[in-house]
Amino acid sequence: MESSIIIEKSIFIFVIFGLTMLMAMYSTWAERKVAAWLQDRIGPNRAGPWGLLQPLADGLKLFSKEEFLPDTPNKFLFVAGPAISMSVALMTSAVIPWGDKLEMFGRTVVLQATDIDVALLYIFGVLSVGVYGIMIGGWASNNKFSLMSAMRAASQMISYEVAMGLSIIALLMMTGTLSLREIAAGQQGMNWNVFYQPVGFIIFLVCSFAETNRTPFDLAECEAELIGGYHTEYSSMRMGFYLFAEYASMFISSTILAVLYFGAYNYPGMSWAVENWGVNAANLIGFGVLFGKICFFIFFYMWVRWTIPRFRYDQLMRLGWQGLIPIAIVNIFITGIVMLWPEIMSALGM
Amino acid sequence: MSIETISLSGRKKEVSDKKMTFWESLYLVAIVKGLFITIRHLFTRKVTVKYPEQVRERSTVYRGQHLLKRDEQGRENCTACGLCALSCPAEAITMTAAERKPEEKHLYREEKYASVYEINMLRCIFCGLCEEACPKDAIYLTESKVLVPSMYERESFIFGKDKLVMPLTQAMQNAQLNNAN
Repeated sequence: MESSIIIEKSIFIFVIFGLTMLMAMYSTWAERKVAAWLQDRIGPNRAGPWGLLQPLADGLKLFSKEEFLPDTPNKFLFVAGPAISMSVALMTSAVIPWGDKLEMFGRTVVLQATDIDVALLYIFGVLSVGVYGIMIGGWASNNKFSLMSAMRAASQMISYEVAMGLSIIALLMMTGTLSLREIAAGQQGMNWNVFYQPVGFIIFLVCSFAETNRTPFDLAECEAELIGGYHTEYSSMRMGFYLFAEYASMFISSTILAVLYFGAYNYPGMSWAVENWGVNAANLIGFGVLFGKICFFIFFYMWVRWTIPRFRYDQLMRLGWQGLIPIAIVNIFITGIVMLWPEIMSALGM
Repeated sequence: MSIETISLSGRKKEVSDKKMTFWESLYLVAIVKGLFITIRHLFTRKVTVKYPEQVRERSTVYRGQHLLKRDEQGRENCTACGLCALSCPAEAITMTAAERKPEEKHLYREEKYASVYEINMLRCIFCGLCEEACPKDAIYLTESKVLVPSMYERESFIFGKDKLVMPLTQAMQNAQLNNAN
């Protein structure tokens, strides 16, 4: 029994790892395609049909480029920077419920690498480590523009982490659990959290953009002011790792958005499907549904990128500290009042 | 009508620094509007051309590389009058005139010809004024797709008669075509 669980989980971890990598790879392709479409162009169409082999060609190019190491005070940290970014982006996928459960070989396989009770705290903890990847990379580059960009990214990510945490509290008050599996299970049918927490969702969405360093919050990479940003000094696959980590974290944060607010793997008529088509079929459809939601959010990230221009640094800080955090706190109060409304009424004798 | 009220496009908007309302300062409506503007472009016709496979059609007044013509007997038309050089706004054309010797009668149509005829392709703007100025129908701007090939030396952009004069074989083909007609 013990060994079978280990085998099951390792297979699952490998599948999820591969899936994340594949999604990150094809996000780079999709980014270029979506950018082209939104700008009335055609986009990559040389490598393979519709340019589908483009990520492989890009990867091959990055691998074959010269790996340049600047005269940095700490070579170890310079190499560690992209690795930290990458591993952080991949670690979060461990607690995400990709589906309900499957029945295979007389066993119930839960479609989640690990179901820990503090999944949400784990995600926040791991995400906040992501700052180190950028900060260390920017510092070890021994380049003042990289350092400035890394400082910007660090202050931005820390500021928005606060608002993100506060926006989640209202959701936690409603669901009463930190486990992502229970949060996902609580959104059966069309009972999605976004309908109960629209304000919280918008704050969380904005903060996700900031956390993944995507436009309009990509201050860490603004070419016009800071050359290439924190990865100016990086070349070949180390640079590729940073870019890859961005797409991997985009995939993961789309997943978190879908799981927390958009009903995870739930779809209307799921219980009917379980009765008529069996557990496996219903839950595989559920996985497909979750995947569709994730793809929509990835598309949304790209869509926003080609719509909204980049923030100025002071605007960014004002939005974070004077805009989102107060709104998040007010949202917590309103959620509390609505939840306790019967008790308040009875306490007032009404 | 004063200058302030004129609007050629009819889309003129007054710039104002009025204070935004709370709802406007959230920018949410503006952002959603912007998102709908960009998503509309997903469904519009793509304006780009897949170049190597698909070549954009050229305009009927397209002007390509120059050609110094020969007549149906293969003699050069140019008489080195210098009108093309005079009409050239970019001053790209230079030439040296020479007198035709009796044994060269089959080479040049008139008694005077251009012993050197050079166009500086770095200066030429392909305006076609030389073609219009020429009284002898000697210089033409062809429909050639290559305007000027890329080269390393500045000197090589000065095209002499070796590159500009119509090849003799082409002149012979033209003559045959004319006879057939």
